[in-house]
Amino acid sequence: MRALDLDYMLGLVPVILGYVPLTLFMAVAGMAFALVLASLLAVERVIRVPVLDWFVVLFISFFRGTPLLVQLFLFYYGLPQVLSFLTNINGVTAAIMGLTLHFSAYMAESIRAAIAGVDRSQWEAAQSIGMTQGQMMRRIVLPQAARIAAPTLVNYFIDMIKGTSLAFTLGVTEMMGAAQKEAAGSFLYFEAFLVVALIYWLLVETLSQGQKRLESRLNRAFAR
Amino acid sequence: MISIKGLTKRFGGTTVLDDIDLDIAEGERVVVIGPSGTGKSTLLRCLNFLDRPDEGTITIGDLSVDAARASKADILALRRRTAFVFQNYALFANRTAQENIMEALVTVQKRPKAEAAERAREILRETGLSDKGDSYPAALSGGQQQRVGIGRAMAIGADVMLFDEPTSALDPEWVGEVLDLMRRVARKRQTMLIVTHEMQFAREIADRMVFMHGGRIVEAGEPEQIFGAPKDERLQRFLQRVGR
Repeated sequence: MRALDLDYMLGLVPVILGYVPLTLFMAVAGMAFALVLASLLAVERVIRVPVLDWFVVLFISFFRGTPLLVQLFLFYYGLPQVLSFLTNINGVTAAIMGLTLHFSAYMAESIRAAIAGVDRSQWEAAQSIGMTQGQMMRRIVLPQAARIAAPTLVNYFIDMIKGTSLAFTLGVTEMMGAAQKEAAGSFLYFEAFLVVALIYWLLVETLSQGQKRLESRLNRAFAR
Repeated sequence: MISIKGLTKRFGGTTVLDDIDLDIAEGERVVVIGPSGTGKSTLLRCLNFLDRPDEGTITIGDLSVDAARASKADILALRRRTAFVFQNYALFANRTAQENIMEALVTVQKRPKAEAAERAREILRETGLSDKGDSYPAALSGGQQQRVGIGRAMAIGADVMLFDEPTSALDPEWVGEVLDLMRRVARKRQTMLIVTHEMQFAREIADRMVFMHGGRIVEAGEPEQIFGAPKDERLQRFLQRVGR
């Protein structure tokens, strides 16, 4: 056993921190797109549009049923061979695309369950004042479903932050990619990966603080 | 003028509404009474298409909807001319009292926000809830919630207001204030169709009463006649049971 090279680790911290913005960018962009896509998928699952419903079920089944890494390779290395307009796709774009599709499949299911959890009387009240289906969803049902789904969605966001580390397999130098390069130069693998692990951990913990604030904000209307 | 012709609703094999005919004049207050499970609520819900009737026509002013082939546009048009007050209030839980009242004005009638807010404040004054505009439903008492529910229905400016047992879910202490508000609404010559078990109130507010039994209208008439000289034996039994 050897002692940890603490000086090396301390020196590495600012290097890895420099890649936090790229990691967050991929996670936030992926989450934003996934939220929109998942909401659309979930609403479709609730109202069940003929034919479209079949595609949605297939979509969710495929993206939940295959590993994220396989999906990323499929988009980045595979698809451009078939679809020529994707030839110049860069790793960051492919990673965001993969994260979006993968996580939207999971999130669609929890949003669908949350929509089903909104009290029936809320739907009826919206209908009774003459709202269209779209207005009812946008203004009454989805905002209340968001409150129910929030804890699970934050979990997916945390998962997505960690999922961005797979982008390094597409040649993107993000936190994980940077740690890998540093380690390859110094041979101090343990130190390098420990630093990157601690920074991921810190990132997620910071986010969990935000989760409490988000939840109490969403619960504001329901406090007695 | 509201005219209901041949309204029929089946749930599975059971006929809940059986060929209902009912005309209501402008400004008239009609109270529907009858035992539980005789289709009173279903009648109201069908008029608002919360339950889709199987047969019959509903005419409100110049709008006539044939239940069997009602399009989405027909249903929306009908809902915009009828206002519904729910037994369990059903206020939008994610909106404040004032926003509940504004919602139909802003989202459905596309009126400017400021104008809708002004109208909502007027209604809050009328319902005695001026200081509760910013409260969410969860922070209001049952009576206050139902007053907001009635306020939300008032805001629509509907041709007819439908009240589905508006005091049945309330603790006794809140019933009075809700009935008082309904009297206020009635004084404005608002056309109202009310399902209630509050017989004293019914007698006092109704221009006409309708007794339903087994999905049919069995007897109709002025309150004095219904309470004083009921003809149908089922109505007589019902009145005995409710203690009048």
